[in-house]
Amino acid sequence: MSIRVQGASVRHGQVQALSAVDLLIGQGERVAIIGPSGAGKSSLLHLMGTAVPPSDGRLELLGEQPWALSARARQRLRARVGLVHQAPPLPPRQRVVTAVLAGRLGQWGTLRGLLNLIHPGDVPGARAALAELGMADKLFAQCGQLSGGQLQRVGIARALYQRPEVLLTDEPVSAMDPVLADHSLALLNRHAQAHGVTLVASLHAVELALAYFPRIVGIRAGQVAFDCPAAAVSEAMLDALYANEQLASPVAATASLQVQIPRC
Amino acid sequence: MRRVINGLVIVAILAAVLASFAYLELDLAAVVGSGGPAQMGEYAARFLHPDLSVAHLRAVGQGALETLAMSGMGTLLAMLLGLLLALPAAGRFGWPLQGAARLLLNALRAIPELVWAALTVLAAGLGPNAGTLALALHTAGVLGRLFAEALENAPPEPAAAIRLQGGSQVAAFCFGTLPNLWPQLLAYSLYRWENNIRMASVLGFVGAGGLGQMLYATLSLFQEAQASTVIIAMLLLVLLVDALSDVLRQRFVRA
Amino acid sequence: MLSTDQRDPAAIPRVLLTLLCLALLWPGLHLSELDPGVLLQAENRQQMAGFVSAFWPPAHDAGFLDLLFTATVQTLAVATAGMTLALLLAVPASLLASRALSLRAASNGGRLEPLSRAARLPVRGVLIFLRSVPEIVWALLFVRAVGLGPTAGVLAIAITYSGMLGKVYAEIFESVDQRPAHALLQAGSSRLSAFLYGTLPEAASEVVSYTVYRWECAVRASVVMGFVGAGGLGQQIDLSMRMFAGAEVVSMLLTFLLLVVLADLLSRFLRGRLA
Repeated sequence: MSIRVQGASVRHGQVQALSAVDLLIGQGERVAIIGPSGAGKSSLLHLMGTAVPPSDGRLELLGEQPWALSARARQRLRARVGLVHQAPPLPPRQRVVTAVLAGRLGQWGTLRGLLNLIHPGDVPGARAALAELGMADKLFAQCGQLSGGQLQRVGIARALYQRPEVLLTDEPVSAMDPVLADHSLALLNRHAQAHGVTLVASLHAVELALAYFPRIVGIRAGQVAFDCPAAAVSEAMLDALYANEQLASPVAATASLQVQIPRC
Repeated sequence: MRRVINGLVIVAILAAVLASFAYLELDLAAVVGSGGPAQMGEYAARFLHPDLSVAHLRAVGQGALETLAMSGMGTLLAMLLGLLLALPAAGRFGWPLQGAARLLLNALRAIPELVWAALTVLAAGLGPNAGTLALALHTAGVLGRLFAEALENAPPEPAAAIRLQGGSQVAAFCFGTLPNLWPQLLAYSLYRWENNIRMASVLGFVGAGGLGQMLYATLSLFQEAQASTVIIAMLLLVLLVDALSDVLRQRFVRA
Repeated sequence: MLSTDQRDPAAIPRVLLTLLCLALLWPGLHLSELDPGVLLQAENRQQMAGFVSAFWPPAHDAGFLDLLFTATVQTLAVATAGMTLALLLAVPASLLASRALSLRAASNGGRLEPLSRAARLPVRGVLIFLRSVPEIVWALLFVRAVGLGPTAGVLAIAITYSGMLGKVYAEIFESVDQRPAHALLQAGSSRLSAFLYGTLPEAASEVVSYTVYRWECAVRASVVMGFVGAGGLGQQIDLSMRMFAGAEVVSMLLTFLLLVVLADLLSRFLRGRLA
């Protein structure tokens, strides 16, 4: 069993993001998580990626309980789990090649990591990861010069380069045009199938989820609404899932370089 | 009401200005009036013929290089020291260390360079070493505080993402925080360097080496021609560093 | 193909930059005779320890406090008087140096011709000269010219700060909207009235704020200038230091800190009020 979530709740301050969620995901399974905005898709992924501890219940990841481990052992476990963020948090002044190579910092020792900062050691590896996403020409560009969709592809390339056993992706294609989104999702699925990687993706677009993933989990108001094979998802289930959805899209703020120099 | 208070503030400022002049009993009349300008002019005229003999120019060149080295090394040392202190001062290692580091930074910053120089001359003897250390100590306080602020304001997400995929603290700092931070650190350091070249050329007044020591000596011996050369060298040095720092800023900070 | 594929385009510049830095570091270390270890040598440590151990308690007998008060007031007076004189020099200089009041530009759609630029160069050059020589050097020169005491400090601040203020004022005048002043100039008003009616209303708050801010800097500067004999706290610190009177040095440093903090507060208050 790859991921085992048992009665897990997540609370952000006063807001109950997830309440008593049960979910079992087996080795090599490919699962899409769908649901309206604010339903808790991101919270569930962040929970599974050990970004937040469950306020209640338990989480088992690759046969271990991350929050019962020592900090060092948890870092080792985290190196085996990849998380693609919706807006990849990449420093604007970092070069794409470095950002991709940073994917393997968990596997590398600190010294090797620092050396890669000065001189990228595995340019072909980073290029190969980017080339699959059609981004090889941006290898030496700065992250700050890329568009949102390009940044998302760099984030995916970084996770692929990490070669995790569990790949969690949070809205990985939300800023891409339909053709690119198709291509990127197909690539993720191919990669997962070829390497036996467990793939979990939260998706806004239901048709993409149904087209690419054999198993669909619907989330509404912090709880699992349904969990069934893609073929079994009916129009009625979707209507119930998205009833009264409010139109709201999170805006990612970009930080710009500000240097305030005192004059005295 | 606001107008009344503003009026009172302006009256108070004017009163303070008048009181200052009265308190100092400035005899500006003597400076500007009879005999004063002639005397000043005569004094100034002695600076109009800088000593351009080869021997003196060589000595001044040596002093200028020494001053440049003092300012550069002092700033470099201060960058290292400042970064070392900025990490705890930004709260990376818990609050007890944060308080201690902040106190130390404020103490370093509060004491002017010239006082530090007087102290280091006492401890390390005359010469540029004392000046370099004095610059480094004061500048470490200034840069440490600026670095700490920059660290606190740096977005935490990139580093958190690296931690989440198993990277160590050091790796997360170097890959997640530093890429955005270093242009800012460099900008602060360059600004301090511009400041330090001015200070380095005057620290010699208390015996800490460089052009200042030459200027002090030549003026004490009433060698205005030689002093004039030293002042010109200072001016060139300041303009050179300003230009150099501007080039580096254009190249690395605004890129 | 593969070799170009693997090459990092930034590698060569990085190597060269590193080599350049190393090449500069060596003479730098040599020239500055940098050796922090000196501070830790037993003999020097003892000397420092002796000096520092005299720090506590700070000197606080009545005679010394009286001296301290006089020196502090003198420092403040030097800063204020110096700023006033600097202002008197800086305002006309900034009007001469600023491109905002060019008649030619006003009748030329705001474009500045090389001639109008050149006409303003001498004033700009003088301003650069005035502020590029550190204030403490001016103080040293004036001490030689007018003797020890606060007069030298006042003159030094007046000279250096007129350079700084003049440059910044000129830039502020140029940065505000030029159209009101140009309209007035085109309507036949004199330059001064065009400035007063067209430029100053917009620039005033920034000018005031910068001036008050500079006053705060002048307070610090006047303390430092005392070290070459220009009166005030600095001169007393220098004297006490030469006499190894640690207790007095500490009292005066504390006073200096207090002064800086108070000046900062006052400057913030004034900027909030006037700007």
